[in-house]
Amino acid sequence: MTSEGNENRIPAAVEMRGIVKMFGSFKANDGINLTVNKGEIHAILGENGAGKSTLMNILYGLYQPTKGEIFINGKKAHIDSPNKAIELGIGMVHQHFMLVQPFTVTENIILGLEPVKHGVRLDIASARRRVVEISKRYGLNVDPDAKIEDISVGMQQRVEILKVLYRGADILILDEPTSSLTPQEILELVEIMRNLTREGKSVILITHKLKEIKECADKCTIIRQGKYISTVNVSDVTEHDLASMMVGRNVEFTVDKAPIQPGETVLSVRDLHARDYRKVEVLRGLSIDVRRGEIVGIAGIDGNGQTELVEILTGLKKATHGSVTMNGQDAYNKSPRYLYELGISSIPADRQKHGLVLDFSVEDNLLLQNISNRPYSFLGTLNRRAIHAHATELIEKFDVRPRGCETHPAGSLSGGNQQKVIIAREVTNDKDLLIAVNPTRGLDVGAIEYVHRYIVDQRNKGKAVLLVSFELDEIMSLSDRIDVIFEGKIVYSAPGKETNERQLGLMMAGGGEHHVG
Amino acid sequence: MNQVLITIGVILNATLMYTPPLLFAALGSCFSEKSGVVNIGLEGMIVIGAFTGAAVGHFVDAPWLAFLCAGLAGGLLALLHAFATVTCQADQTISGTAINFLASGLSVYICFLLFRTSETMPVKSKLPRIFNDLFVWLGNNLPEGAAKLFRQNGFFDLVFNTYASAYIAFLLVIVVWYVFYRTRFGLRLRAVGEHPRAADTLGVNVTLVRYLCVILSGILAGFGGASITLATVSAFRPTIVVGQGFIAIAAVIFGNFKPQGAMLGCILFGFCNGLRVVLGSDAKISFTLFEKAVNIPIPVNIISMIPYVVTIITLVLFVGRARGPAANGKPYIKSK
Amino acid sequence: MSAKKQLESRRLSRNLHKIVSSSFPYTILSILVGFIAGGIALLIAGYNPLEAYASLFRAIFLNAKTGKLSTKSMTYSFIEYANPYILTGLSVAFSFKTGIFNIGAEGQYIVGSLAACLVAIFVKAPAWVLIPLCILASIAAGVLWGGIVGYLKVRFGSHEVLCMIMFNWIAFYLSNFIVNLESVNVGGGKTWTKIIPDEAKITISKWFPANVVSSNTHFGIVLTLICVIAIWYIISRTTLGYRLKSVGLNRDAAEYAGINANRCVIVSLAISGALASLAGGLQVLGVNYKINQFAAQESYGFNGITVALIGGCNAFGTLLAGWFFGAMKYAGTRMKVGSDRVPKEVIDIIMGCIVFFIAISGLFRAFFVRRIKGGDMF
Repeated sequence: MTSEGNENRIPAAVEMRGIVKMFGSFKANDGINLTVNKGEIHAILGENGAGKSTLMNILYGLYQPTKGEIFINGKKAHIDSPNKAIELGIGMVHQHFMLVQPFTVTENIILGLEPVKHGVRLDIASARRRVVEISKRYGLNVDPDAKIEDISVGMQQRVEILKVLYRGADILILDEPTSSLTPQEILELVEIMRNLTREGKSVILITHKLKEIKECADKCTIIRQGKYISTVNVSDVTEHDLASMMVGRNVEFTVDKAPIQPGETVLSVRDLHARDYRKVEVLRGLSIDVRRGEIVGIAGIDGNGQTELVEILTGLKKATHGSVTMNGQDAYNKSPRYLYELGISSIPADRQKHGLVLDFSVEDNLLLQNISNRPYSFLGTLNRRAIHAHATELIEKFDVRPRGCETHPAGSLSGGNQQKVIIAREVTNDKDLLIAVNPTRGLDVGAIEYVHRYIVDQRNKGKAVLLVSFELDEIMSLSDRIDVIFEGKIVYSAPGKETNERQLGLMMAGGGEHHVG
Repeated sequence: MNQVLITIGVILNATLMYTPPLLFAALGSCFSEKSGVVNIGLEGMIVIGAFTGAAVGHFVDAPWLAFLCAGLAGGLLALLHAFATVTCQADQTISGTAINFLASGLSVYICFLLFRTSETMPVKSKLPRIFNDLFVWLGNNLPEGAAKLFRQNGFFDLVFNTYASAYIAFLLVIVVWYVFYRTRFGLRLRAVGEHPRAADTLGVNVTLVRYLCVILSGILAGFGGASITLATVSAFRPTIVVGQGFIAIAAVIFGNFKPQGAMLGCILFGFCNGLRVVLGSDAKISFTLFEKAVNIPIPVNIISMIPYVVTIITLVLFVGRARGPAANGKPYIKSK
Repeated sequence: MSAKKQLESRRLSRNLHKIVSSSFPYTILSILVGFIAGGIALLIAGYNPLEAYASLFRAIFLNAKTGKLSTKSMTYSFIEYANPYILTGLSVAFSFKTGIFNIGAEGQYIVGSLAACLVAIFVKAPAWVLIPLCILASIAAGVLWGGIVGYLKVRFGSHEVLCMIMFNWIAFYLSNFIVNLESVNVGGGKTWTKIIPDEAKITISKWFPANVVSSNTHFGIVLTLICVIAIWYIISRTTLGYRLKSVGLNRDAAEYAGINANRCVIVSLAISGALASLAGGLQVLGVNYKINQFAAQESYGFNGITVALIGGCNAFGTLLAGWFFGAMKYAGTRMKVGSDRVPKEVIDIIMGCIVFFIAISGLFRAFFVRRIKGGDMF
């Protein structure tokens, strides 16, 4: 550690020393050190809530540190606003994209630093030229005139990176950049990061995905519960080392899953066709079966019809053609209520949009479907005592924290605990089919283990599970059978054990012959 | 002179009379809604503008000064709304409702103190009709056939020889459109209304932009009020502003939050209002059918309903879901 | 010992937290500030605010001549004047609770009064038939008027605020049109309807000795109180309220959970409409006995927004706020300093300030709540 200064004659691009950040009496950062050299990809690893984002918000001038010093290129810096950070050449790509939907790519990139003619008139033409020029230089392929609402998630991310480069950033902070990307897009991103460092830029990568760190980072700083743990050369350590440093204990990667013989078919989808809101056909003859005691994973790149499939199965959307049966009964284009009664429950992809009423109390959220049933209500009148008791039981059983949160608004819980509330509800509903869509998105390692355990439990109880996820690892570790969806059809199907990542990745990208097993 | 042409002229003239107050206010509403602040208080800002314009216009013989003062008064009231909604993150509907109350209370109260009654005395002079001399000149100098149309009480004189405020309002539509879609400020204000956090992270001062837009909306609404008391009529009384602010908001939603769309909405309301006033209580549809004269009386109240019914039909048939700015109505909380 | 103490202090702090985070103290504070602001306006105009306010409160509670507590004054304030505001306030409060902003209470009020008035004029029946019929007609009109907006919203995606503003004006001109119809108009070039028959009147003043109640005290207030309790019950104790709230707070999640969101929107607007139109109906049957041609909107609906906001959008709060508002409306015109009449508009200034401070009180509330919680942000 002390040798660091001697090794590099050039001052470090970023040096943060002894950063402390207090929110009231809570220490979000507690003496964190970080040194990032020029031309280096430096990962910051930590669980959700470990203080990674706080640290980066300090570097970007959104928060002021309670204690500690920051040096940029060897000079002491006082960063009191994002503007100051931009001046110092620091740029941040946020996890949740900060893009104005109805604006074009160019408009989004130049916002805040717009070229003008005659003092007032926007000079879009020269802005566009500059955007094209930068995107060529770093190999960031974008359409400068497309509206954000019309482009893919991957391209949106490239726009975010361009925004930062347009401002002349030399130090790029990427906050969880891969959380919504497909495997192919992740590869492209890694390539982009390499291009950037080749041009002398430094990249700070905030993540909790170990594989990515191994794949592209040079160094890694680990933070746990706001405290600095260590900085390591990535080539010197294994994924397991990183994981135990992050969590502070040993972590099991594999999910315990006893082999089980699948029973009769629960859900059967045949030749399903549907259009999206732009009237483009997104499902083109999709067929799928899910049996009792089986987890079927649907792998695929976002936008190949997964969303529409789930919406049709849960009654939010109407298909144009095809058939759906549930336990032998017709379930084609029925209302959400009807499908629920037929035995379909689901963990939605967007828990805050579809899963919870954030302003409702936890106890009310736990009965979103069953409020009309006895004992929770009788003749339209609520039985508050029964509702409360039901919540107390589930909070205990599913380890929702904080304890005693029955009457707290669901919005006041952390993301992981919100997900637990949804899982508690859906698992307790005890339906024959559980649809889980990206069930661990944005959760930390501990919560992920927990969610996976419950999904496997459902399978072991003889329920059918349909898992839709953009995380290939998740699909591979949980599924008994993996179906790959591409352009609205299942193009590949294989038992979970008999396939590998390469094969799946190829199929997801539309390569290979179309054979359905 | 052709009677039909005259009637059309009078109706169009009335349209140009009733549209400007709505249009000023609607353009104001465009500013604040585009930046993400719903301004229900527009009505109150029109009221205070109408009163200020009339009061200043009564004491000082300078209609333009009165007009500017009206804008200032509207802007001051809007500052209050901006403070509540931007700085205090108050519910925008609640604050707007308060502003409406405050404005009508203050106007009539001050009016009472100044004039001992709830009506102001008439203004010394109205805003000028800028084309008055032009039409006189045209009427005298054009060849007979054309002059007929242009001279006093000719068709063009009837329609276009209206108060300067009307022309300012329509010019402002172009100005506002240019500001929104061709300037740096416009790009920023639209970004603030759609995604304030994104704008903030790029160094755009969300608070400043929203303050400016809300204050601008108040100034424009104030102008709208003044264009009633300094042009349409020449004094203020409490019943002079009856829902124009809400109609202006409606016109903005109708026009899908675009200045040019809002203008169409305002013209529709202005036209029907003009129709109502011109046709008066004994409008009839008269025609001859099988050599018998048929007179179908149209009650004035039914005519009055037309713009509102038309708006709803248009919404149902064509517009559908108006897509407002994404962050409209939501306070922006900086550190989350 | 120390554990017990700790528990006690925690309970204390929790109670404190409850008080600080409820809206009630801030409403009281806002009312005080509103009166101070009104006082400043009075001072500037040269009126002694203390004298003016004293006369205001005397007018609410006391007999003007004898200076004794007067039930007559109070029935004016709290029944005759307050009744429509309580109901329109309740209508707006209910709509807020279910995620809709009912700016259409104005129009619903008008169609309610119109329906009650027409039934009273045209149906010949004894009182025990006619009165319920009139009331039902007014409620039905509001259900329809609110329900249509709901239907347009769910069927065509029309912006409900815009629709309701339009419907307010359609109701306004519809009423003026009907008032001037030959069969409805009282005749003689007058601009109001025939007077409703005695069988339809719900005034009960004559049941009391002279000077005990106001001249138009009516039993509509009983219906209003029932509505207050019913709305409170629906919102907090029924599955219907649960569904309406869930749709209002997060429509997507409600639909995902199988709740029919479209139906909820229509039901919610229909109930809101019924409350506002009942206000109009009771006003015709109990106070006005006829409908005048409007020159301008009467603002019963718009004032309902104010009442709902002062009442914290809670049923019982709205009742109190409606009483407060009614009293201010009644006594505001009777404010005097010496023999000088104080302009009643000062009441509007006070109301505006109260609502404004309620609007910005959220900031103070957040501040105090954080202080109480000991700076714990997480």
